[in-house]
Parts: sequence; structure tokens; C-alpha cells
Amino acid sequence: MRRESLLAALGAIGLVACAWAVPWLKFVLTIALAKGIAVLGILLLLRAGQVSFGHSMFLALGAYTVAFLAPSENEVLLLLPAAALIATGVGLVLGLFLVRYRDIFFGMLNLAFAMVLYSLLEKLYSLTKGTDGIRVAALSFAGTEPERGTQEWIVFGIALGLAILFGLLVRSYLASPMGRALAGIKTRETRLEFMGVPARRVLLFAYVLSALMGGVGGALIAMTTRHVTPQIAYWTSSGELIFIGILGGAGSALGPFLGATAFELVRVYAAAAVAEAWQMILGAVLLLVILFAPGGVWGLLSRRWRA
Amino acid sequence: MSEVLLSAKGLRLAFGGVKAADGIDLDVRHGEFLAIIGPNGAGKTTFINMATGYLRPQAGRIEFEGRPILGLSPRAIVKRGIGRSFQLPQLFSEHTVLENAALAIAARRGIWSPLAPLLRPRWRDEAMDLLDRFGLRPVAEARADALNEGARKLADIAMAVALEPSLLLMDEPTSGVAAAEKMAIVETLVRVLRSTGVTAVFVEHDMDVVARFADRVAVWSQGRIAALGPPGEVLTDPKVRREVIGIAADA
Ligand SMILES: Nc1ncnc2c1ncn2[C@@H]1O[C@H](COP(=O)(O)OP(=O)(O)OP(=O)(O)O)[C@@H](O)[C@H]1O
Ligand SMILES: [Mg+2]
Repeated sequence: MRRESLLAALGAIGLVACAWAVPWLKFVLTIALAKGIAVLGILLLLRAGQVSFGHSMFLALGAYTVAFLAPSENEVLLLLPAAALIATGVGLVLGLFLVRYRDIFFGMLNLAFAMVLYSLLEKLYSLTKGTDGIRVAALSFAGTEPERGTQEWIVFGIALGLAILFGLLVRSYLASPMGRALAGIKTRETRLEFMGVPARRVLLFAYVLSALMGGVGGALIAMTTRHVTPQIAYWTSSGELIFIGILGGAGSALGPFLGATAFELVRVYAAAAVAEAWQMILGAVLLLVILFAPGGVWGLLSRRWRA
Repeated sequence: MSEVLLSAKGLRLAFGGVKAADGIDLDVRHGEFLAIIGPNGAGKTTFINMATGYLRPQAGRIEFEGRPILGLSPRAIVKRGIGRSFQLPQLFSEHTVLENAALAIAARRGIWSPLAPLLRPRWRDEAMDLLDRFGLRPVAEARADALNEGARKLADIAMAVALEPSLLLMDEPTSGVAAAEKMAIVETLVRVLRSTGVTAVFVEHDMDVVARFADRVAVWSQGRIAALGPPGEVLTDPKVRREVIGIAADA
């Protein structure tokens, strides 16, 4: 556990150093942190043995909340909680229905909701400008409107701070009775019921928390890219979150961030090196992870320590 | 001490043509150890499933402490004070034995704290204490799926006991346990259960165990209770010996 904190601290310092040394990487790393926060939610559901194939809908909710509100209220310190609130609210409503289902039904129903959201975002042109997407208006930070380079640093810093906060939160949650019961859903759900523990409510809490983190991740992405399109709700975007979750490993709250950083870096460098073939490279990486490192990047690192 | 704790009347449940319960009348008395014996498929597990809300009988009534419990969910029935253990132990296989016990303690004390660890000092001590009473302390840190069958059975029962039920229904607490271990396990079990004052119903195929620990024996046969009484009478009944024990002995 102490190693985990040490690695997290080193990772955070490493990210800051990279963002400082290679300025254009700041953008990539901010996106990685934002996705890592969203993937923490995937990790929670994985602990319960469930996979959501539509989780990017919460990214989209967070991102579009920022895009819609920014013209009238551009304060980041208000936009972030607003995005979290919207995603949490939708997560609660959908969750009340979804936690009745398990496995493939759970996964596919999530996908169905995400597809509905995607087509709404695409078709309601007058509101969303369809596939053109919405440009995010200039943002203000605690009342100030700093110049662009400073803004990028601020969003990066907020993403890093929130990543640490949510990482710690998820870590305590997983060690708590609720988190252990969540893992119990995967192995012995009936036993939970025979202990008087409502399994659905246990899963609902995790689902709502995962929606919240998805919304925050999406808001950070919108604040970084400054342009939001329906693509963010598309099923490939959900697939990407699962990909990152498996790549990083579900064994630790660090996994999603290891996975997201690796994913974004591979994507950037592979795309630069071999243009159209980067998906093939990602596919090959995923294959290797599943075959040789089922615990993901985190699993590789922690195995090294134990050996 | 012959106050009735659980009372079942006229329970019927058929699966297709199979009458798993065909008019079960049974009063479980406060404080007793009641053994249920009978051949495979007689409906013993079905009775436990009905009493714990897992299966709903097609006819009949069940009262616990004088109040009807029919139609309540397993969760609601647990809260009323009926615990159960399983013919196949239902442990959280990826968790350690200690975590399994602590989770059961948490289930009673309230699990809704997302920030405090499950193994907080007080619950850890309480869980260790529980495991100690069951002789499971040496395997506390082992993963539940690494245990031998005897230890799994005990851990399964320990989790039910952690909920502090007033009635405990145990489905074959010694099945699958090596013969040499069996008596030791039952003795541990009986010692713990006596110390808690819980009323216990247990399904058992081993007649030595029944003779030694049961206050009364109910003989199940094709969804009915064929005989009920003290072991000294029931187990010596020639009809029971021929029809039930003869079959059960090679089960
Ligand atoms: N859920 C179910 N669906 C269909 N049939 C069932 C179901 N549960 C039990 N049965 C049938 O009901 C009968 C009684 O089963 P039950 O499990 O209660 O027997 P048992 O006395 O516990 O036997 P054993 O000693 O083998 O555990 C059996 O014929 C069984 O196949
Ligand atoms: Mg049975």
C-alpha cells in the first residue's frame, strides 16, 4: 500500500515534469487524467463483475453541460460541479433501473442508453449543432480570465488534483464494507441478500459514483479540447474506457491512470509514426495485455514488487 | 421452554410433478436443536428455502415469533432473526476468511460507510473473535476459496452466526467433510451454538451426529414429515430404520 502511494506521487511528479518539458504533451496528459477519472468508474463496476458498454454517456453529459452552460456562465469552479451534478442525477435515474440487471443485460442496456443519447446529440441540430459540435466559450477561473498558456496549466492542475482526490476516494471506498460488498456481488450475490444486505443498493451506489466521475471526466475533456461533438457518446468511446480499464488493471485505483496515460501516449506516438495503423497497435497491445498481463499495467508493476 | 419459535402449517410446493413439500406441519421450539433427516430429494432443502423466503410455497403458512413471514424477502426474514447456512457453502471466494466474517458483522452493524475500512480495528477484533470460536483463526488470512471443505462449512456457519439470529437453519453442516473431521466439526459447532443460545435446525445425513446432538428429529420423506420425536424413539423405529436410514447410510 505504501508502494502504491509512492508510485502515485512519482507518477504525479512525472506527469508535471513531462507537461513542463514537452508543452504539447500537457494537452494529451490532461485528457489522460480526465479519462482516468472516468475509468475509475469502470473499475468500480468491474469489481462487481459488471461491464458498462455505454459509460461514455456520462462523459458526454459532463462535456455537453460545460458546452451548453459556458456561454452564460463560464466559471470553471461552477461548471465542474454542475457537470458532476447532471451526470450524477442521470446516473441515479438510470441506475435505479439498471441495477436490476447483470452481466450482458447490464452492459447492453447501458449501451442502449448511450446510443439514445448519441442520436439525440446528433439529431437535435438546433440545440447541439449535430456532428459539427459546439465550441466551448472562453472560460474563467475563480473570476479571472488568464491567457491561454496559463489556462492550460490550470486545467491540467485541476485534472491532476481531482485525479488524486477521486483516486483516494475510490481506494477508501473499495476497502470499506460497501466496497467489499460490491466485490461480493461478483462472487456471491445471494449471500449478500441472506446477510440482509440489499445488493442492488450496493451496486447503485457504485453506479452513481461512476456516473459522477464520468461527468467530471467529460467536463475536463470539454475544458481541454474546447470543442464537444457527439462522438464522445459514441460506443467506440465507451469501448475506449473499458480498454483503458483493462490496460491499466482493476487491481488498484492507480490502474485507470496508468492505463489512460499509456493509452493516450501510444495513440499520439503511434498515430504520428504509422498514421492509420495506430488502432492496430492498440489492438495488439490489448491482446498482449489480456494474454500475458491480465492484471494490466498495475498488475505488472505490483508483481515485480512481490517477486 | 417449549414455546414455539417457528411454526409451519400445511406448506405445499411442487416443481412440475415433483412434490417437494406436500403438507409440511412443523413447530420448532425455542432453544432446541432439531435435526432433519431423510433421503435425497425428500424436500429438506426446500423447507429451508421456504422458511428463509428464497422459495414461496404454493399453500400454507409460516409464522416466526408469532408473526407471519410468508411473502417476505430473504433480506427481510434475516432482519427478523432467521439465519441460514448452505448445503454448498456460500462464501465470498475472492475475499479472505477474515473479510468474509467482517462483512457479516458489518451486515448486522450497518455497511453504509464508504470511507471507513471494513477491517477497522473493532470489527477486525470482533471478526477474529468469531473465527476463534469456530477454530478458524489459523486460516483468517487465507482466501475463502483456498479452504478445505470442513473449514468452508464452518466459515459459512460463522457468517450466519455473526448476524446473531435467534433461529439458525443449517443445511447439511457436515456433508462433504472427511469422516475423521466430522465429529470435531460438530463439537465445535455445538459448543458455539450452545454458547449463543440460538435455536438450531440442521439437516444431517450422519445418524451418529443426529443421535448425539439433536433434541428432536424430524424425518422427511417425499415432501412429508414421516416421523417426529426424540432421537431415542425415532432412530429406533423399524420403519424409519428401513426406509430412511437404510437409504441415507449409503448417501
Ligand atoms: N428450484 C427447483 N426447481 C425444480 N425442482 C426442484 C427445485 N428445488 C428442488 N427441486 C426438486 O424438489 C425435490 C426436493 O429437493 P430438495 O433439494 O429439497 O431435496 P433435499 O431433501 O434437500 O435433498 P438432498 O439430500 O439431496 O439435499 C427434488 O426432487 C428436487 O429435484
Ligand atoms: Mg438438500
